[in-house]
Amino acid sequence: MKILTEHIDVPGIETIDVFCKHGGYQAVEKAIKKMSPDEVTEEVKKSGLRGRGGAGFPVGMKWSFLAKPEGIPRYLVCNADESEPGTFKDHYLMWKSPHTLIEGMIVSSFALGANTSYIYVRGELMYVIHILEKAIQEAYDKGYLGKNILGSGYDLDLYVQAGGGAYICGEETALLESLEGKRGNPRIKPPFPAVKGVWQCPTVVNNVESIAATSWIINHGGDAYAAIGIGRSTGTKLISASGHIRKPGVYEIPLGITVEDFIYSDEWCGGIRDGHKLKAVVAGGSSVPILSAEMILNTVNGEKRLMTYESLSDGGFVTGTMLGSGGFIVMDETTCIVHNTLTFARFYHHESCGQCSPCREGTGWMDKVIYRIEHGKGRKEDIDLLVDVAKKIEGNTICPLGDAAAWPVAAAIRHFRDEFEWHIEHPELAIQPGAVYMRPGASWA
Amino acid sequence: MKVTIDNITLEVEQGTTIMQAARQIGPEIAPPAMCYYEPLKASGGKCRGCLVKVMAGSEKDPRPMPKLVPACLTQVQDGMIVENTINEEVLETRRGIVEFLLLNHPLDCPVCDQAGECHLQDFSFEHGVSNTRTAEERNTFEPTDLGPNIQLHMNRCILCYRCVYTADQITDGRVHGVMNRGDHAEISTYIGKAIDNDFSGNIIDVCPVGALTDKTYRFKSRVWFSKPVEAHCDCEKCSGQVTLWYKGEEVIRVTGRKNEWGEVKEFICNTCRFDRKKTAEWTIDGPTQISRHSVISTNKYGAKLIMPAFPVIQAARDYKLIDDDRDRSFLTDQNKLEAKK
Repeated sequence: MKILTEHIDVPGIETIDVFCKHGGYQAVEKAIKKMSPDEVTEEVKKSGLRGRGGAGFPVGMKWSFLAKPEGIPRYLVCNADESEPGTFKDHYLMWKSPHTLIEGMIVSSFALGANTSYIYVRGELMYVIHILEKAIQEAYDKGYLGKNILGSGYDLDLYVQAGGGAYICGEETALLESLEGKRGNPRIKPPFPAVKGVWQCPTVVNNVESIAATSWIINHGGDAYAAIGIGRSTGTKLISASGHIRKPGVYEIPLGITVEDFIYSDEWCGGIRDGHKLKAVVAGGSSVPILSAEMILNTVNGEKRLMTYESLSDGGFVTGTMLGSGGFIVMDETTCIVHNTLTFARFYHHESCGQCSPCREGTGWMDKVIYRIEHGKGRKEDIDLLVDVAKKIEGNTICPLGDAAAWPVAAAIRHFRDEFEWHIEHPELAIQPGAVYMRPGASWA
Repeated sequence: MKVTIDNITLEVEQGTTIMQAARQIGPEIAPPAMCYYEPLKASGGKCRGCLVKVMAGSEKDPRPMPKLVPACLTQVQDGMIVENTINEEVLETRRGIVEFLLLNHPLDCPVCDQAGECHLQDFSFEHGVSNTRTAEERNTFEPTDLGPNIQLHMNRCILCYRCVYTADQITDGRVHGVMNRGDHAEISTYIGKAIDNDFSGNIIDVCPVGALTDKTYRFKSRVWFSKPVEAHCDCEKCSGQVTLWYKGEEVIRVTGRKNEWGEVKEFICNTCRFDRKKTAEWTIDGPTQISRHSVISTNKYGAKLIMPAFPVIQAARDYKLIDDDRDRSFLTDQNKLEAKK
């Protein structure tokens, strides 16, 4: 079942003519001509679509929280600042099929009553920005954007804004600051963007994938979308699969397939590369807890783990993880978890905005300690120190970057403590290039 | 509106923050504030030193809040129950915050001009732990001059953003902000441009640590060896309400008048701060009231004593117990003194 990527490989799909030939902009016609904004919102609510950026908050509910005071403009902002290590789905979608996003933007802006909308794209993707700008111009020329769209009296202007290349600007309030031309520091909540967002006006910030999915929902109905998937995880999800698998890439999966199926089936990842075994998986982008092979394939109750929001988080952070943004990083037994954790910790150290003290100082501290351990200079007490530092960052910061920095470190130690201990006890072995600790009797060995 | 903080209930107006309510009770209860500065709009929420536990959100919705909340920004709801100094989770978090703030702070207190009136020293004394767990090298920066009168020691900066808000809100034409990010972020002027503004000196007063120092005062004295005196003058730029710091007969420093929370009551201009250093230029109003927990009070005379902070009361009580055990009557009783000999 493909919704977003159905026509993605059609040659010329990035042009509006080919896109329209394959059913493009029908949702705009249907929504603007036949439906009221509330009906569109209702349909999205019915679909059970959840935010695809990481937190998984229901999109329809987020829309209904938008304050609608008289005489004050409202805004829709598309968060295309996809910077999470391991996640590259939005990039793929915008690059291949920009009109999918633009159509979703028009439908969503109509539902929210926004007359100005922004797509905030990370600055590194300059060529994607050019593609989007070209596509927006085509949409203006066809009358899908601008004044009086399709003769309905509804106006919409759509702008693309390039980010400056900071991970933190993917956090919604930092994104709004950056959009306003200021330093990208997260704002302190409350007030939430739904009340005071960009230019101090009510704003909804949604991920690319969430917005793109709304046009299919309008075309086929919320119930049809809700029929895909299991329980509260409805619809399809783009998964960016990377690491030691045969076929890395972006896959659109119906939520509810098993993790085992996703890794080993030829339809998706095609299994672990030849002659190697699965060791660990980071299921939702670098910030979610890493899990070992047995934990990612089966829940603690012995059930098969599914690719859904609920099943992946089954067992909390003790034995579970999160679907997050769908950055699925697979590691085989040649991977050193300490080295991998160092890479993540270094990333968060580099990307912390430095506004609040636990994250600013804690991320740097964890990075330095793990660097010492990895380079054979670890002390016995360092492992407990890392756990304690992670605990003191988590939940005490202004924005979720603190949590995102603390979770991978805490989880790596929770599940692979023996590897850290081995690094500390055998520094002469650990500093050898490519050295990896092999757990005795490990299931992946 | 009724709010309970550490089992003390009081009535406050709508829109009061937990910090303001706690300050109404007194310094024993008020959470530490490293970045919050009442006269500066939008300050606070950054240092996380004032995190408190909300045990009940309000009368209507008595659920506890899942995370610790910053007292400086969280508004009181009717029937809210807050735990500050009696909650172990809060105290444990604060120990962590002190540790984080000191991680890259140089601990050069022996040569720092701020020592004695440093909020980080107080915070660390009241909430820190005595051992250190870090073996890492500290991030270092070179000291830079921000104009002729102000020196920036970025090493000591805790990125509270107070000076940035001051530059934004008090002075016109902002040339001062934060560059870079994370633990390598630094306060800076735009490409080393000097801060040239009549009110720029106030960034020294708002700095909680010794990152921004007065170059006319550098290394002249330890804070506790100088005597603060309230004075005023007719100034066309500012209110002229200042504190003069005397060492002997000499005025070695001029600052704004600060309240018991270390916040200036009125911002003063650079002429008053840097250029008027003769007693003849001022009208003396009298000695400054200094909180007894401040080391400045060691050199104080005749001022009204303000209640000392909670840990200091405890320390004083403990000391008194030890003190009472000792037989000190010989100091007054001449006979006993003779007997001892």
